[in-house]
Amino acid sequence: MQAPRAGLFVTCLIDLMRPSVGFAAARLIEEAGCKVIVPERQTCCGQPAYNSGDRATAKALALQTVRAFADCDYVVVPSGSCAAMLKVHYPRLVSNEPSGIQSEVADFTAKVHELCTFLTSIRPLTKVPGRYTGRVTYHDACSGLRELGVKGAPRRLLALVPGVEITEMTEPETCCGFGGVFAEKYAGISNAIVTRKADDATSTSADLLLAGDLGCLMNMAGKLTRDGRPVACRHVAEVLAGELADPPIGHRPTDVR
Amino acid sequence: MTASPATFRENADAALANERLQTALAKLPGGLVAHRRAAVAAVPEFETLREEARAIRDATLDHLAAHLEAFETKATAMGSVVHWAADATGARRVVTDICRAANARRIVKGKSMVSEEIGLNAHLEAQGLEVIESDLGEYIIQKRGEAPSHIIAPAIHLTEADVEADFRSYHMHLPADRPLPNPESLVSEARGVLRETFLTADVGITGANFLVAETGTSIIVTNEGNGDLSQTLPRIHIVVATIDKVVPTLDEAMTLLRVLARSATGQDMTAYTTFATGPRRAADLDGPTECHIVLVDNGRSDMLASAMRDALRCIRCGACMNHCPVYNAIGGHAYGWVYPGPIGAVLTPALLGIAGTSHLPSASTFCGSCEAVCPVKIPLVSLMRTWRERAHEQGTGSRTSRALLSLWAYAATRPALYHLLARFGVAFGGALSRSKGRFSRLPIARGWLRDRDIPAPQGRTFQQLWKETERGVPR
Repeated sequence: MQAPRAGLFVTCLIDLMRPSVGFAAARLIEEAGCKVIVPERQTCCGQPAYNSGDRATAKALALQTVRAFADCDYVVVPSGSCAAMLKVHYPRLVSNEPSGIQSEVADFTAKVHELCTFLTSIRPLTKVPGRYTGRVTYHDACSGLRELGVKGAPRRLLALVPGVEITEMTEPETCCGFGGVFAEKYAGISNAIVTRKADDATSTSADLLLAGDLGCLMNMAGKLTRDGRPVACRHVAEVLAGELADPPIGHRPTDVR
Repeated sequence: MTASPATFRENADAALANERLQTALAKLPGGLVAHRRAAVAAVPEFETLREEARAIRDATLDHLAAHLEAFETKATAMGSVVHWAADATGARRVVTDICRAANARRIVKGKSMVSEEIGLNAHLEAQGLEVIESDLGEYIIQKRGEAPSHIIAPAIHLTEADVEADFRSYHMHLPADRPLPNPESLVSEARGVLRETFLTADVGITGANFLVAETGTSIIVTNEGNGDLSQTLPRIHIVVATIDKVVPTLDEAMTLLRVLARSATGQDMTAYTTFATGPRRAADLDGPTECHIVLVDNGRSDMLASAMRDALRCIRCGACMNHCPVYNAIGGHAYGWVYPGPIGAVLTPALLGIAGTSHLPSASTFCGSCEAVCPVKIPLVSLMRTWRERAHEQGTGSRTSRALLSLWAYAATRPALYHLLARFGVAFGGALSRSKGRFSRLPIARGWLRDRDIPAPQGRTFQQLWKETERGVPR
């Protein structure tokens, strides 16, 4: 039997900022017995436009994405917020379109899965390539948690990594203050919110703060490095796949952890 | 009150720099939020109740006019006088006329957000009437000349020490060296001072949490009993309520009460849940001789017919603001009008217009915590996004950010161009920052960079590297 074709929706942030997360995700999807496809006609899920009130651009990007993945059996997304955009919000964007387009989008959304959910519920892994000796804590990024119910999946997968000890923050489900454009437009408020998150993460004595969304991770890492806190940030896929050759987010090449 | 949502950013900066406010706000997670969590955990069917509450509110809004007419008929039959006010001016006039006709001088008030919305106190005072707030929080902020910073806890922006200092300066008739060591002693002092007000007021004004159509009853929930005294001791009781407060039956009101207090303060029920139906009857020992109910529209009919209709389900519990990271960071005053937090970010543009209020729906991370706790499941994030769409259509907001968005959109909808630009962009960004691992200073993103670094890009795009991998070039 041929391996199913899993399209990797790279996400714009991973593409631009941290391709190692994309490779980690690809490795995990391969572990799950799929052939990884990376369509070149994908760019961004459209959230920056959608959440700025530019519905027309968001819709154009939605259709571009839907069509880019037409020949895939699955669409796997290493980000809760991009996955929720594809799965929950694309149908809303085309709710006034002809039924042909609506059903095209519905077929697409049925194939979309957030990475950790995919690796626990759709193509479950019983072992992962990664190993990591140390204490980690996990931030439940908002969209994945509240729109897709991503909560147990990353923790179950981390439990498969030899050497990992998971320790929870007091408020793992509280927003980190990123919010896309919000983080710059209302920087003072965003900073106040991420300050609490940084305090919470630091108080766990974890050496790694993990999450499934690079946007949130860049915000939290940016705060932690600026304040010289001991906690480093990585995408959960990096630890699961053992893609740890690159330094943690926002760290120097010499700071490998 | 004067509206200042247009200066939201400046308001927020001031709030972030206000240490006293930050001390007061730090109590929210361990206070109202923790209390709600415990109360909800104790009711296994809470999710079912939320769904029932949503359905009740939706069904009522479907036939709002009919339920309001039914309420008017029943309330009138029970001896109340029902007045209709299309807007704030009309509502103020109705209340003023009632007070004038009764030769009233002194008015005692229970807590009411709609009275804040229509600027009732200032108007009545300008007519020479004395207005005294009797809810402890409202009493405190009235003395300070402030607006409420929260819809159920109006003085949540203050600490006990602030209140103690205020009471020592206001209540000069009391011994200067009296001990005021805790909230109980402050409540007790306010109670003593207010007692005389209740006994001497001519008119009591309250809001309503619900108006029950089948019985003509107004319901208020309080924890201090001040609302009861305000509506039973003076000779005239005036209820001021917006038209969305109507509930068809007592049964349905019960379901809403079950979710209201749990969502608001984490109580099963508030200390007092008081039903008022008409004026004093012949055999009653107390109660007002006149009962007036002022039904205020002030924009609700327009909302009902608009994309913002779902916001009319709100039962004013305040859970959305308690759980909002933005509200927790800046408090309620920064929002610049009567209703703060996520529900305020939806209501304020609906009632004042989006021009001048567009910061409010914009200043959200869209984390969705508000929706997750809303007892009537208002899709607050979607409604805020709809306001952002309106603002975008009307061209409000900064020109720079619109231009950047257009440029980005042009590239993002052209994948080949996008990937080419991306390669150059990250190569440049990576070369600048890779050795340090991050940017600490840049000519852009100054807000972010003031308190945070921007992590460096790894230097090549995933698309670029993936292509090479497929061609057999090791990464």
